[in-house]
Amino acid sequence: MGKPDDIQQSEKQTEAIRFIQHTSDHSLLLQCLIKIQEAYLHIPADTVELLQQQLGLSYADINVVVEFYSFLSFEKSGDYQILISNNITDQFLGNQTLFKKLNSRLADVNVSIEYTSCTGLCDQGPAILVNGWAINRVDDERIEHIAELIEQRLPVDQWPSHFFEKEDNILRRDIQLSVECQPGAAIKTAIQQGREQSLETLEAAGLKGRGGAGFSTASKWRFCAQTEAGQRYVVCNADEGEPGTFKDRVLLNQYAHDVFEGMTVCAAVIGATRGLVYLRGEYRYLLPQLQQVLQQRRDDGLLGAHILGEDLAFDIDIHLGAGAYICGEESALIESLEGKRGIPRIRPPFPVVSGYLGQPTVVNNVESFWSVSRIMLLGADWFAGVGTDASKGTRLLSISGDCRDPGIYEFPFGVTVTEILAACGGEQTQAIQMAGAAGTTVLARDFERRMCHEDLATGGSFMVIGRQRNLLDMLANFSNFFTHESCGFCTPCRVGTQLIDDIICCFKQGQGSTSELQQLNDIAKLMQQNSFCGLGSSAPTAFLNALQQSPELFSAHGPLDDNPQFDLTAAVAEYEQLVATLSGDLR
Amino acid sequence: MASIQIDDKSIDFQPGQSIIQAASNAGVYIPHLCYHPEFTAHGSCRVCMVEVNGRQVSACTTEAQDGMQISHMSDDLQQTRKQVLEMLFAEGNHVCPSCEKSGACTLQSVAEYCGMLTAEFTFQYPQREIDASHEDFILDKNRCINCELCVRASRDIDGKSVFAIAGRGGQAQLIVNAVDGQLGSTDFSVQDRAASVCPVGSILPKHYGFVTPIGQRSFDLKPIEQQQVSGHEG
Repeated sequence: MGKPDDIQQSEKQTEAIRFIQHTSDHSLLLQCLIKIQEAYLHIPADTVELLQQQLGLSYADINVVVEFYSFLSFEKSGDYQILISNNITDQFLGNQTLFKKLNSRLADVNVSIEYTSCTGLCDQGPAILVNGWAINRVDDERIEHIAELIEQRLPVDQWPSHFFEKEDNILRRDIQLSVECQPGAAIKTAIQQGREQSLETLEAAGLKGRGGAGFSTASKWRFCAQTEAGQRYVVCNADEGEPGTFKDRVLLNQYAHDVFEGMTVCAAVIGATRGLVYLRGEYRYLLPQLQQVLQQRRDDGLLGAHILGEDLAFDIDIHLGAGAYICGEESALIESLEGKRGIPRIRPPFPVVSGYLGQPTVVNNVESFWSVSRIMLLGADWFAGVGTDASKGTRLLSISGDCRDPGIYEFPFGVTVTEILAACGGEQTQAIQMAGAAGTTVLARDFERRMCHEDLATGGSFMVIGRQRNLLDMLANFSNFFTHESCGFCTPCRVGTQLIDDIICCFKQGQGSTSELQQLNDIAKLMQQNSFCGLGSSAPTAFLNALQQSPELFSAHGPLDDNPQFDLTAAVAEYEQLVATLSGDLR
Repeated sequence: MASIQIDDKSIDFQPGQSIIQAASNAGVYIPHLCYHPEFTAHGSCRVCMVEVNGRQVSACTTEAQDGMQISHMSDDLQQTRKQVLEMLFAEGNHVCPSCEKSGACTLQSVAEYCGMLTAEFTFQYPQREIDASHEDFILDKNRCINCELCVRASRDIDGKSVFAIAGRGGQAQLIVNAVDGQLGSTDFSVQDRAASVCPVGSILPKHYGFVTPIGQRSFDLKPIEQQQVSGHEG
């Protein structure tokens, strides 16, 4: 049974090596490493040498990139590598039991089983990745089936296709999801309107970046267009790493044309000829179908040298990520696109002035580009007609956690938490987490708060936490997540995430103290004010929320005397035992 | 000429200068670790925080703008700096009394300047390697604070790129450019700028030690705030 596996692997390996042999651009280092990892399930030493020769890089240049990304590794951890998604919603769905079951069922096979950060299948979890392939709803039946396939040593790409089917679960459509766009129509409008008027349309629509920061899309494009440069770039941020966010996955699955259309409109407006999509490694399975859509657009004259027969040249490449939350930050994303570690850059200069390869670059979220294609077609008034004063239009929410109908919901800005919960069937709700692990915790007493930039801003994640849950478990999940995902560049975030994780662990074990509570507050505030980038400054939000809104959470889980982290009985247990043994011996 | 105001002092600056450059030229010391006048600004240590328009910014990565009002010596800022320094002490293994660099250590001196007495955060006690493979140097990663001065010096001045940071988060650590990971396998040498730039005791010369008695070392004789101004630094 081992035979087909070997042949398949070696074909993949040959293909990976051939790809490297035809590459000399060192900005493709990460893409090369991803191909090697896929083919060999690790990065063998001889491929590092080959990469050094081909790309003109040092050993350290390659080493630091491999060590940075979670999905790359110098050691082969198993013939099958299973990663279990560890968002708090996956935890609600029993991923810890899943971990135990997989471990005991596959104890005799060469398999590695580990946790990974949210894989974006929270509405259909618990989810896993097997050798990079995403599988949803892993129940007992699936565990058994997966175990059998692994025991047969069948390569994952030959597993029955039903394993890899995903659900889109679009459960509420508002103005944007209820229209269909004809490929090319928005580009045509943009060409007819011209640059200035297209920008005015976007401005009048009031579109703000859907990644969460909420910067005006029109202003961003205008800054980029105004910067003198030989080349400009359009980058689509499809890194969607914020825990509990999965609306970009659905857009890329069902609306890829519209996303690429929005990117092409941007290219026409800012004068770019090249676009890049940064697709998170967890969504690797979408790559073939996305490439198919790109090819179709080339065939239809919607990408290429003369788009729609006009003097407009633009094409799009897709780069993969390899497991790094920080790469959702736009300057870290650009570093990663250039094949490097995802370390945020000093800003200013902002990417619109100096971005990819030092050239002016627009980085927008998947949903922003998707909305652009609609706004160009249906006009600013159509879009700005809903929403609030400072937050126009609608946005997509990825809803998961303790509710009846998790999935994708389109809501106009200004909607209250109560209304959202009513729509998704969230009952007996203790709290919701808006905007992911880095977002705001809203307790039941504040459910009249509204989703909009003026109140609860969001990148699209909405997690429902039922009354049966312990919020401290959520905080522990988040502190663990940030410790794993901090890039380690600046002191407050690198050290602060570890210290917060230690403190939350203490409270979970009932060992927290008053002084630690004070430290938690100090560290969180320090990170918020003083970190180098947005990851570090937003990471402590949930902890600060908990300290302010629900201090009883901590008092219920610690002695809270000033006896930091110290369990005297446990600490002297070994000593007591030794004394007992020794005195027994002496007697 | 364009000028900024740091606390009560008005300081002239050249366009394009960062706050810390302008301050240093005027003899105003802003404590820092990863900044060094010879190298491009890095912004990672977060010690050189100052307040501009109610926001804390790093003085090394923020350009001076005409008329800027900068708060530098407030209690809040010293508290911030102290906490960042405490984090660095808690993160690594810093044993000042037995360290060859004591008294000539920038981390130690900056901590003293900022009024830090002890690190109150939980010590992480990481297991880190001591690499004695090089003929002339010991690389002790226990004391490394990830300032990347050696990384920049070796890359930008020596043209060797001996050092790099690998790993992520708390695992982010100094490595050297060698397959076996040993400094002795690199072309690092005594003449390198990177050999004398380490602000702590991570890159230490071999063959001699404790030649200058503690009490007579550089920062013992002249405090850091008098040494690290006007572009002069070790």
